[in-house]
Amino acid sequence: MSVEVQIGVWVAVLGSLCAVACAVPGTLLVLRRQSMMGDAISHTVLPGLAIAFLITHSRDPLPMFIGAVLIGLLTALAVQWVQRLGRMDSGTSMGVVFTTLFALGIVLMSGDLLRSVDLDAKCVLYGNVDAAASSIILKQVAVPRELWTLGGVLAMNALLVGVFYKEFKVSAFDPALADSLGISSRAMHYLLMTMTAITTVAAFEVVGSIIVIAMLIVPAATAYLLTDRFGWMFVWSVVFGVLAVIGGTVAAVTVPTWFGYTATVSAGAMAVAGGLLFVGVWFASPRHGLASKYVHRAAMSLRVLREDVLGLLYRLEEMRVVDHAEGTPRFLRRVLDAGPIASRLALRALERRGLICATAGVYALTDAGRDRARRLVRTHRLWESYLAHHMHIPVDHVHGSAEVLEHVTTDEMQDRLADETAQPMYDPHGKRVPPAGRE
Amino acid sequence: MNAALLTLAALPGWSAVVDALLLKEHNTRVVVLGVTCLGLAAGVAGTFLLLRKRSLTADALAHATLPGVALGFIVMVLAGGSGKSMPGLLVGAFVFGLLGMGWLMAIRRTTRLKDDAALGIVLSVTFGLGMALVKIAETTPGGSAAGLDRFIVGRAASMLEAEAIWLPVAAVVVTLVALLLFKELKLLCFDGAYGATQGWPTGLLDALLMGLVLAVTVIGLQSVGMLLVVALLIVPAAAARFWTQRLGVMVVVAGVIGMVSGYLGAIASALFANAPTGPIIVLLCSVMFGVSLVFGARRGVVVRVARHVRLARRIGRQHLLRALYEMHEGTDGVGHVSRSRLMRARSWSAGQLRRLMVRLVREGLIRRAADGSAALTEQGRVAARRYVRNHRLWEMYLIEHADIAPSHVDRDADAIEHVLGDAMIERLEQLLAQRFPQMALPASPHPIDFVDARETRPADVR
Repeated sequence: MSVEVQIGVWVAVLGSLCAVACAVPGTLLVLRRQSMMGDAISHTVLPGLAIAFLITHSRDPLPMFIGAVLIGLLTALAVQWVQRLGRMDSGTSMGVVFTTLFALGIVLMSGDLLRSVDLDAKCVLYGNVDAAASSIILKQVAVPRELWTLGGVLAMNALLVGVFYKEFKVSAFDPALADSLGISSRAMHYLLMTMTAITTVAAFEVVGSIIVIAMLIVPAATAYLLTDRFGWMFVWSVVFGVLAVIGGTVAAVTVPTWFGYTATVSAGAMAVAGGLLFVGVWFASPRHGLASKYVHRAAMSLRVLREDVLGLLYRLEEMRVVDHAEGTPRFLRRVLDAGPIASRLALRALERRGLICATAGVYALTDAGRDRARRLVRTHRLWESYLAHHMHIPVDHVHGSAEVLEHVTTDEMQDRLADETAQPMYDPHGKRVPPAGRE
Repeated sequence: MNAALLTLAALPGWSAVVDALLLKEHNTRVVVLGVTCLGLAAGVAGTFLLLRKRSLTADALAHATLPGVALGFIVMVLAGGSGKSMPGLLVGAFVFGLLGMGWLMAIRRTTRLKDDAALGIVLSVTFGLGMALVKIAETTPGGSAAGLDRFIVGRAASMLEAEAIWLPVAAVVVTLVALLLFKELKLLCFDGAYGATQGWPTGLLDALLMGLVLAVTVIGLQSVGMLLVVALLIVPAAAARFWTQRLGVMVVVAGVIGMVSGYLGAIASALFANAPTGPIIVLLCSVMFGVSLVFGARRGVVVRVARHVRLARRIGRQHLLRALYEMHEGTDGVGHVSRSRLMRARSWSAGQLRRLMVRLVREGLIRRAADGSAALTEQGRVAARRYVRNHRLWEMYLIEHADIAPSHVDRDADAIEHVLGDAMIERLEQLLAQRFPQMALPASPHPIDFVDARETRPADVR
């Protein structure tokens, strides 16, 4: 393997560990509608490190780690305090707390003392997965420190969720129920905040404290669009997190070269890849996707249009005015106020099903079609009778509602409707209600 | 910690401070003016944002401007420029801010994700894109992208006069637009649904508000930076909320807090070479927020605690008078009641009871004997009689109209009688007075047993 490929593999490995570690608290944050708490906590990694350093005067990783986690937790607590004390909404309280701490962090970091130890805001915000991977290769470390940290945090997260799976589940979906079952949703909240703080601190070195948010929220939100099950959400979050990391790693090296530039930062590209995955699922998700919603709606409106065509042809027959001028697609379209493509699709589908047939461009009902149409018109007029006589809706208002209801009425409902309205011969407008069977 | 503070405290001389405050130096004048106007605009726009409960939307919009800045730079370099043209960069920022806003609204409208997740997605993904593009911009041949960093944490001192001169203009325009649309935005913030039914284009107004917020963000990029400009929008408005209940006043207070923070922050950054402007402005805002949180005249903690203490005191006073009256009800005398008996009547601590008594003695409502027992004075009897009547009327009302069992009304009446407004009480008294002649004291609908209040509990339960 060439050095570049080796570096790339390490980038992907470190990034994936981050993504998997983040997927656990991220899923819970999204479900509990506290994604922005992840944002607030990750922003305060910076002041956490600065304060930890100013107290201990050492760049030893452990005290720094503990300091940053504590400040992260303090953020979560302070958000609650300010919210309660000031009686404000949680968003505002979050905005006040994290920007204050972040500003404090930058001011502390701009002091000469911190500058002298090369701890600056930029490396905290951006992280540097590429440099970390290169130094692993260059120094030939067998098991790098980042691997231990991230692996440890991942194991801890997995263990916590494994142990408190039920508790997390209940308190995520119904905090009040959790409290009544003796599970303190407050305790679960702070457990989650602790997890989030530890995870963001462990991950900032690799991907930076803002891309961490992308790893926490984006895969979990993507998963949320794909599944309705708690357990599967974790699985999908992990999958999307890892896919985003791999996609980002590859894209960071390849995409800029298409435009004549050299490689860019992998962490940023990972966030973008995650965003693209989100957009993809947003469109294509079978249950909650835009495409499936659109297709579903289009199919529904086509069905309604087909039924309307049948109903219209039946009514024309009833009035004995079917002739060459009126059964044409043009006429049908004009009366039903349908688009050209939709009406063509509807007519073709009806013809294929043998419900209508065309002779010289004029459509007429077949026997099977007439049966269907009769049922529809019967349903329509029964509904009109029902609405007028049982619900006392004025006669000139019943047509619109009946028009909607006729498309969702089953045979069984139609029978009940006929019984309820005492098998009327005529609808409120004085039109004949067709019989259930052939005449 | 001290060491860092000391390094910051390499104080400039007194005359330099005065010069800066009075804007004697030409270089600082422009920058200070710009940042002050920015504070004003942010305070005004932020007020509406806060009341609309969309504070964090500003955070997402700010992050979304980064790719715009980087792309603006790259495009300008490709077009043959140096890439340093400030208007070009800010136009890029504005366009990407709009795109971010569109994405945010699309996620909000078409998915089942909640606001928080939508914000998190837009914020982190756009920032990631920005990071990647900044890196590319840095390696773009023919341009030096070293200055792009300042958009992230802000550095007012680096503003050139030619660039800085139109920022105050833009900030003033934003402020004016917000003030001209005052009525419309007010409606949007307090009852958007009502506005929609009245035919106001609330969708458009919402977009316009976001546009104003975005404009403030873009204006603030250079001086405060994209990670902190959100603070300028949120914090002054949140601080102003503690001082008033009126929107007009709140806008003014928020604008003033923003202006003062901007002014002092910009001067501090001119005096201390290392001091980053944005964070200092934000910390000044936060200090004012803290002060407002505690001392705010309307919703501050001190005022609220004082209000609570006053209410508790009034309730305690009424309870004590009522207990003294009821313990001797039926007998015509105003006999003394021992301290221990009074303490058992309510869950008073010895100290609380003593303080209550001292206050009532001072008002001339009770007499205290040397052994600590107390009795009502004639004046106190009149007052107590009123409270007892009040309480019993309430009990009657609850029994008759709310169908509450006689054994339960005592506590419920306790909860209501102190807190309702005068108008409400008057109305209820009218209602009840028709049934009970004026000043006649109805008998208690439940047995009063003060002597063994604690011991009778189990019997009640049974």
